[in-house]
Amino acid sequence: MSTRTLVSPAALRSPRGKALYWLVFGVVLVLFLLAFVFPLYWAVTGAMKSPVELARTPPSVVPETWFPETFWQAWQELDLGRYFLNTLIVAGGAVLVQLAVCVPAAYALSKLRPVLGNVILGLMLATLMLPASALLVPTYMTIADVPLFGVNLLNNPAGIWLPAAASAFNIYLLKRFFDEIPGELLEAARMDGAGPVRVLISIVLPISRPILAVVSIVALVTAWKDFIWPLLVFSDPNEQTLSVALERVAPDTALNVLTAGLVLASIPMILVFLVFQRQILAGLTAGSLKG
Amino acid sequence: MVFSRSSGELSEVAPPVQGRWRRKLGENLTAYGLLAAALVVFALFSWWPLIRGVLLSFQQVDFVNPPSWVGFENFERLFNDPLFGAAWRNTLLFTGLALLLGFAVPFLTAVVLNELRHARSFFRVAVYLPVMLPPVVTALLWKWFYNPGPGLFNEGLRAVGLPGLSWLDSGSTAMISLVLVSTWANMGSTTLIYLAALQTIPGELYEAAELDGANLWRRLVHVTIPQTRFVLLVLLLLQVVATMQVFTEPYVMTGGGPEDATVTLLLLLYRYAFYYNDFGTASALSLLLFVVLGIFSATYVRLTRTRS
Repeated sequence: MSTRTLVSPAALRSPRGKALYWLVFGVVLVLFLLAFVFPLYWAVTGAMKSPVELARTPPSVVPETWFPETFWQAWQELDLGRYFLNTLIVAGGAVLVQLAVCVPAAYALSKLRPVLGNVILGLMLATLMLPASALLVPTYMTIADVPLFGVNLLNNPAGIWLPAAASAFNIYLLKRFFDEIPGELLEAARMDGAGPVRVLISIVLPISRPILAVVSIVALVTAWKDFIWPLLVFSDPNEQTLSVALERVAPDTALNVLTAGLVLASIPMILVFLVFQRQILAGLTAGSLKG
Repeated sequence: MVFSRSSGELSEVAPPVQGRWRRKLGENLTAYGLLAAALVVFALFSWWPLIRGVLLSFQQVDFVNPPSWVGFENFERLFNDPLFGAAWRNTLLFTGLALLLGFAVPFLTAVVLNELRHARSFFRVAVYLPVMLPPVVTALLWKWFYNPGPGLFNEGLRAVGLPGLSWLDSGSTAMISLVLVSTWANMGSTTLIYLAALQTIPGELYEAAELDGANLWRRLVHVTIPQTRFVLLVLLLLQVVATMQVFTEPYVMTGGGPEDATVTLLLLLYRYAFYYNDFGTASALSLLLFVVLGIFSATYVRLTRTRS
């Protein structure tokens, strides 16, 4: 990371340049702390203030009395355990179903080149152009009564999993990766008598770990953050995800308890981000396709 | 769900041509076996809903009676709804403001961050933290920050001797308040994408510009921006499409108020479908939105395809 950028290295070495650099650095640091870290600090400490202290003006920057037990209170009062579990089932299942559906499909389109494969790929990628809102109502009606199968998937995690599996983004990402795997490698295995499925499982999948990680993490984060779709699918309070449930109970919950609940609901994805930064960034830049 | 079908071992010695043909057939069968699940979910949850959405726009539907064709009645109902015009105005206002803020701020942030040699990973993590919060959590937190009484923002303003604002409680400031939340929540991703693009600019270009006597500002205008033009354009298109479909912030924070000042197109669509159970009119609205956004999406897809 030592390529030169906008500011010339020479200018940075001069005393005036050095002073200016540290001034800019300091300003940016303070702005970042204020804009991105302080609100989170405010939420975490706010959750641990007493309701009286929380409503006071001017507010205390550091809580005078600490009530960390508010988190436990929120967990019980808001029944967070249930909603965490629901969200985990919805998001975890979304990852597994997307992998199970998209990986074989992308492999077939990339390496087996079936008749009409390009037409299918085109039809799939065309759905990238569909704004989510265009499909909201008809997909809802489809979930409520799935054609051909005649089942109702409302209030069922499958109502989230299956539409999520129709992901052109995944197909695009996976196929692009599979295209890069040299044909000779697979051909050699075919010579040894391995069928296409065998090749997928024992050669392609192990090589594809990086892209599988990216697809999984992006799918997990997307499902965890989603609101509008789970809002439509889960009308039954017992089945709702964290986001839908928190939004429902917010008006009738004491502010300190609600804030504690919001903090708890944020922790899993922040941890995921800290651990899987690389995958998340890769998914991000793939989404916008580096120019 | 994997259907395996080994391309059958031929015991008798078959003529090579027939063998190749058989292998082709076997490969196609295997390929379609592997594609089956994807074809089913795409058909049920993408392709069919798209067609159905168009059909629904011209039908009257409820969950009790069979649908009936009503021609353009749904569209007429929309055009006669005073909220329809308001929703377009509000949405375009949101999109316009969100682009002003959400387009310039992340780019400038990325340009500045690219110059800093210290605490790089801290900046990256900090700017991206809000992106990792579920949007509902962000909306509920900010609703509390915006509280005109003991809310963080007015307390902050009062602390430095400024008068507080009414934020979400006044029609004139509610929309810009929503834009602020949404920019805060989403600028992390755009900033990091720009940062990645900036890091691919060859240093020689800056050196050459410098030799030509270009000052900092001119280097930014003549090197940095042209070199990142493609990413800027792609994100502009993506942001238009995303912000035109804003839903969570107004739904959670204002419910469309005060005085319908924050009723967006998607909020109106939601109301038609799930308050009035009028799926036909809701579909007509999404069809209109789809036509408008389709232009932007198609441009985006064409752009990225020609580049990749």
